[in-house]
Amino acid sequence: MDRQIRRLGFAFVGLFALLFAQVAYIQVFAADRIAGEPANAARQIRAEYSVERGQILAADERTVLAESVKNPDPNSVYHFIRKYPGRELYGQLTGYYSRIYGFSGLEDAMDPYLSGTSPEFTAQNLTDILLGRPKVGGTVLTTIVPDLQRVARDALGSHQGAVVALDPGTGDVLAMYSNPGYDPNPLSTGTDDQINAAWNALISDPERPLISKAFQELYLPGSTFKLVTASAALENGWGPDKSWPNPHVLDLPQSSSTLQNFGNELCNGGSTTVAMAQAFEHSCNVTFGEIGLRLGADKLSQQAFRYGFCPILPPDQVTCTQPTIPFTLPWNNGRFPEPAYFNENLPKVALSAVGLDNDKQNPLQLALESAAIANGGLLYAPRLVTEVRDSTGRTIKEFGKQDYGHPISVHTADEMRQMMISVVASGTGTAAQIPGITVAGKTGTATNCGPVPNCNVPPNAWFTAFAPAGSGQNPSIAVAVIVLDGGDLGSEATGGLVAAPIAKQVMHAYLKG
Amino acid sequence: MSAVAVPAGATESRRARNGFGLLILAVAGSLVAYALQGLGLHGEVPSNLAVYSVLFAGASLGGWFVIRYTARSADPALYPVAVLLGGLGLAMLYRLMDERGRVDIARDQAVWLLIGLACFALTLVIVRDIRQLDAYTYTIGLAGIVLLLLPIVPGIGYSINGARLWVNLGFLQFQPAEFGRVLIVIFLASYLSQRRELLAAGVGRFGLPRVKDLGPLLLAWGTSLAVLLLERDVGASLLLFGVFVVMMWVATGRSSYLLLGIVLFAIGAYIGWLALPHIQERVVIWFHALDPKNVNGIGYQLAQGWFAFASGGMVGTGLGLGSPTFIPYVGSDFILAAFGEELGMLGVAAILLLYLVLIGRGLRIGLERQDTFGKLLAVGLTTVIGLQVFTIAAGVLRLIPLTGVPLPLVSYGGTSRVATFVILALLIRASAGAWYRVRKGT
Repeated sequence: MDRQIRRLGFAFVGLFALLFAQVAYIQVFAADRIAGEPANAARQIRAEYSVERGQILAADERTVLAESVKNPDPNSVYHFIRKYPGRELYGQLTGYYSRIYGFSGLEDAMDPYLSGTSPEFTAQNLTDILLGRPKVGGTVLTTIVPDLQRVARDALGSHQGAVVALDPGTGDVLAMYSNPGYDPNPLSTGTDDQINAAWNALISDPERPLISKAFQELYLPGSTFKLVTASAALENGWGPDKSWPNPHVLDLPQSSSTLQNFGNELCNGGSTTVAMAQAFEHSCNVTFGEIGLRLGADKLSQQAFRYGFCPILPPDQVTCTQPTIPFTLPWNNGRFPEPAYFNENLPKVALSAVGLDNDKQNPLQLALESAAIANGGLLYAPRLVTEVRDSTGRTIKEFGKQDYGHPISVHTADEMRQMMISVVASGTGTAAQIPGITVAGKTGTATNCGPVPNCNVPPNAWFTAFAPAGSGQNPSIAVAVIVLDGGDLGSEATGGLVAAPIAKQVMHAYLKG
Repeated sequence: MSAVAVPAGATESRRARNGFGLLILAVAGSLVAYALQGLGLHGEVPSNLAVYSVLFAGASLGGWFVIRYTARSADPALYPVAVLLGGLGLAMLYRLMDERGRVDIARDQAVWLLIGLACFALTLVIVRDIRQLDAYTYTIGLAGIVLLLLPIVPGIGYSINGARLWVNLGFLQFQPAEFGRVLIVIFLASYLSQRRELLAAGVGRFGLPRVKDLGPLLLAWGTSLAVLLLERDVGASLLLFGVFVVMMWVATGRSSYLLLGIVLFAIGAYIGWLALPHIQERVVIWFHALDPKNVNGIGYQLAQGWFAFASGGMVGTGLGLGSPTFIPYVGSDFILAAFGEELGMLGVAAILLLYLVLIGRGLRIGLERQDTFGKLLAVGLTTVIGLQVFTIAAGVLRLIPLTGVPLPLVSYGGTSRVATFVILALLIRASAGAWYRVRKGT
């Protein structure tokens, strides 16, 4: 009998060993796969909502862009709720944190830090478990300057459009606002019905507030692309004073079509020749069409790619497959066709040289070009997050500035700066002048008509600038502005009239503030 | 007066000291778990923590004093382990029911724990030597069968969730099979201790038992099938037959009984499969709980159980911080998954180890007993607990198809709580008797 009892004991040990093995399999070896099943989403969301998610702070380390507060309803299964005190002011940057629609923006990009699950938190999490402390996520510090962000919003006013302000020396995003913005609060807290209603209102809004016009949408660059064409010319050894033929209109090769100046005006009063600097100051399309054709597709494309434009091959491939300049948030780099696109299609080279045809950009792309010129030709990738701190205030992760190389030489940068100063001093961008401060800029007025000739849709107005730009000065801010559909000037709008004053207000606030 | 009495007395007091130390740990562990559940759920300890602590500690100590004065040399580990399991179970039930707004259910279970401790004490007081139970072999056997089949009786028996396990006496609703099982084990221990030589000696063809010796086995098989088919209770049926086969095997030392038992089990399972559609469904769920078409349908409970385990990972979310209430019936069949989510693999392993300690101590008592009846009784009672734990744990973990049996002492269920405490009282009595006998004998 005793032998059987001992064997029975071994049998139980064996059976329990099976249980232990299965427990280890489910809870450790296959845990991530099983817990990650879509059918387990409800539990995962509840788990996320029971952790005190970290804050997202502005550059002043005080202004709160996003924070978790205890749910005032003690019976709710969601222990914390997410608050965005700035509402629509920072909505497109922080993104939303919705138990129904998931995350976006920094909430998504910085999730491992905000939720405290990234490897940097391992030690702290273990300590918390041992001490029985509740888990608290990391605080994310951004580069956003709250006052400047407000100025950007107010300067845009009721205009649909966007403003981006960068620090040329670091790539730090000082302000980035797109109108209309959206308030993430109703997507993140409330009943399921309230969240659904807020979401449906946002996605059915024709002005697309969930998508930032500052870095996600793409538009024709228009004359602001002359920054790239002029850079390519200078890099090619053709100086600012080199003279170019100055016909009224440019006959495009291989076709009967022509390229006109804006409003079909005469460039430089109709002189026989014109220097590139002059043509730049007055934004003459004819001259830059010529320059583009003379440079050729190869040199033009290469210059665009060095500025971070993403190569595309229309008409089949118009999306970016090899993203160039990185950014914390999912963004769209500018687009420019590969040289192969222009084979046997020379007119398109001229059109592309003045920012038409298949060229695409957004204010962030444009601001990066200005920042590179302002920074002596060295381009820094845009930086929105500088560091992450744990709940004790210790820095656990730093994001340094990211060098993206030299799209242009120091010499070219200097020549570009001089030409841009002339634009604001006496050219198309005089509305951006700030008394006592040298401003360098470039305007753009881009048709919204696509291939339709002489349509009545008002154009998009562009302006980009940096300051202070006086000799020997290190510019501390580079901005880019777009106003859609001409703003309140409608068809009469130009970049110089509508967008330049907005850029001026932002720079002025930053430099005088 | 004898030379042996002195070390035996020393053993006794050492055991008592160890037992008391373990009990303090068990009470402390239970109360800490209760406090942490409150902290995890609401950010503050439960408002009745002080009252609960006094009652829980008082009742636990009461049980210990009864052991101390009626079974002086009893096994020191069984009782503290049972207190800890019961305390952890109550803490988890409080947390689960509180989240559902039904704290009253948890309070009822606390009352049932008190009733269980009272029955534990009562058993120890009444049964002063387990050999008292050996005298009423057939009376106890008959009573056991009556209790097992009582839910079938029209008028007093009724079904919950498809299994006809319940008896309503007007003032009291309970599952008589939980007690019936204990009586059947006592009967078998008594019956087999008288017949074991006969049963073991007879060898038929192929080394199998003779046909005339198969009577008891077939009777047990028939009873199990009756429980299965008439009460639709797969778990109880399996448990009953399993305990019977194990006791037959231990009593006779003949492995052929195990073999026959497995064959009969297979036949019974097949009959059940044919007769009861819900058994077929259980098997389908076992294999396909996580299939996309089942995961929110028939497989929901098992899938949510797995998700709870997996979400808990190695160390768990912390007590009161997980989402175990996604699991239907989490307080009864699936309470182990709730521990898995909130205490992680380490917590589940600890709970399973506590049960393994119970089983180990129980079998140890069987080894130490000098009388056949005592041996068989200890083994049978231990097997009841062990098989029950394995059946529900393996079912929840999807090692075997799920059969609804309570996790002893931990999960929701008043009758099961009381019956398990009675089993423990009998084991503790058996452990005290064994050493008592040894001392007297020398």
